[in-house]
Amino acid sequence: MSAIERGDAPVLETEHLSRVVAGVRLVDDVSVQVRQGEVLAVVGPSGSGKSSFLRLLNRLDEPTGGMVALGGRDYRMIPPRELRRRVGMVTQTAFLFPGTISDNLRFGPRQRGYRLDEETVASLLDRVGLAGRAGHDVRHLSGGEAQRVSVARALANEPAVLLLDEPTSALDDTAKQGVEALIRKIVGDHELTCVIVTHDRPQAGRLADRVMVLGAGRLERIGSTDEVLHAQDPLR
Amino acid sequence: MLKTLFADQVALGVAQAALATAVALVVMLAARARAIHLERDIVVALVRGVAQILAVGSVLMLLLRGPRWTGVFILIGMTIAAATTSARRARGVPGAFRVSLSAIGLGAGSVIALMAWAGAVDTAITALVPIGSMIIANAMNTNSLALNRFRSEVESHVGLIETALALGASAKETVSPYVHASCQASLIPAIDSLRSLGIVWIPGLMTGMLLSGSSPVYAAIYQFVMIAFIFSASGITSLAGTLLIRTYAFSPAEQLTLRPEPSVDG
Repeated sequence: MSAIERGDAPVLETEHLSRVVAGVRLVDDVSVQVRQGEVLAVVGPSGSGKSSFLRLLNRLDEPTGGMVALGGRDYRMIPPRELRRRVGMVTQTAFLFPGTISDNLRFGPRQRGYRLDEETVASLLDRVGLAGRAGHDVRHLSGGEAQRVSVARALANEPAVLLLDEPTSALDDTAKQGVEALIRKIVGDHELTCVIVTHDRPQAGRLADRVMVLGAGRLERIGSTDEVLHAQDPLR
Repeated sequence: MLKTLFADQVALGVAQAALATAVALVVMLAARARAIHLERDIVVALVRGVAQILAVGSVLMLLLRGPRWTGVFILIGMTIAAATTSARRARGVPGAFRVSLSAIGLGAGSVIALMAWAGAVDTAITALVPIGSMIIANAMNTNSLALNRFRSEVESHVGLIETALALGASAKETVSPYVHASCQASLIPAIDSLRSLGIVWIPGLMTGMLLSGSSPVYAAIYQFVMIAFIFSASGITSLAGTLLIRTYAFSPAEQLTLRPEPSVDG
């Protein structure tokens, strides 16, 4: 079943989305829809605006034009903190807060005055392959383990959409395969809607339902993984 | 020795200034010999320093004949100048001038007002302006240190701050550790001044009082009073400055605006 068939209404939608900083068009008039349970990969060369585009989706940066809708609602109508809880993000480097793994998992829910119970922490860690490690100090984690904690921490907020910004680019091959498998599992188990930025086209092929190609901030091409990645591409 | 050569006070002052300048120039030459080029900075600083202090002396001479309230205007002018200097140090920090003016105005202003009300400082211009300027200058230094440290802390923790924002944390909470660190660091000089008073240094005010024949015990107590008030003014400035700058580091949509450079990645 394709992602398009899974849900009709887009969970996340951008319309003519743009961001211009100091005269540079980082994101230029990008319109795209992401449906429930769909994994959309954003690919393109360095400096093409992939990460800038992603940062606009949870409003870490402010669009200078166009709009983003979450669940059909202009996201400027949603309080930023609530928006960011619903649109989780995992960055290239896992920035973990000092303390234990469970401290990190509890960070998001604590912002809403909610304490994650032991059972939920254990369940989240089980999902990311770190069962029984709740009390471990994050300073002693490998890169791959830290990235798993980062994914679990984002999931602890029960987001509707998960944004992944080059989540494996700082990892070695073994850790990369592990995190990729984790992403596939999470998406498969929970029909989580994902937007993943990657410079690794084969990875986009392994993880995504659809791929969009950005170039100089503009949407150059969008389509199914097969259409975009396997089509004759003079730029490749 | 100079006193024996110059009977007139102004001539003596000029001779002493020439000696002090000569020593500073020798230091400059010594630095130059080690390929440390401070020539321009030192010459400009010396010329500016002498011009500014002479201008202040001349203005004071005129104002001494004016009513007491003119002292307040002089201190307000000094506060604006201090805020401008401090804001320059914090270049790149959004709202640096407004934050500096508010913080220095609140810290120095409240303490000077309290001192005047309590009689800890005479409201005559000759006393209020020099003592007030000491308090404003120290508040300015504290504010510069606080803003500078805050900027460095935030710029080196952008990843952690934005991660916390992305998890739904409030802007205030994400920079809270850096606000504390900046406040503590900015108060180190004021605390050290208080701690080392009389052991490491005998401040100028006490020296002046001793030279003018005051009781050494009273001069010592008054100096402590001054340093304690300076500490209070610095503390209020630091607390106010670091709390205010927190709001300027973010946009209304709680996006971090205090960044090393705009995000032009990927």
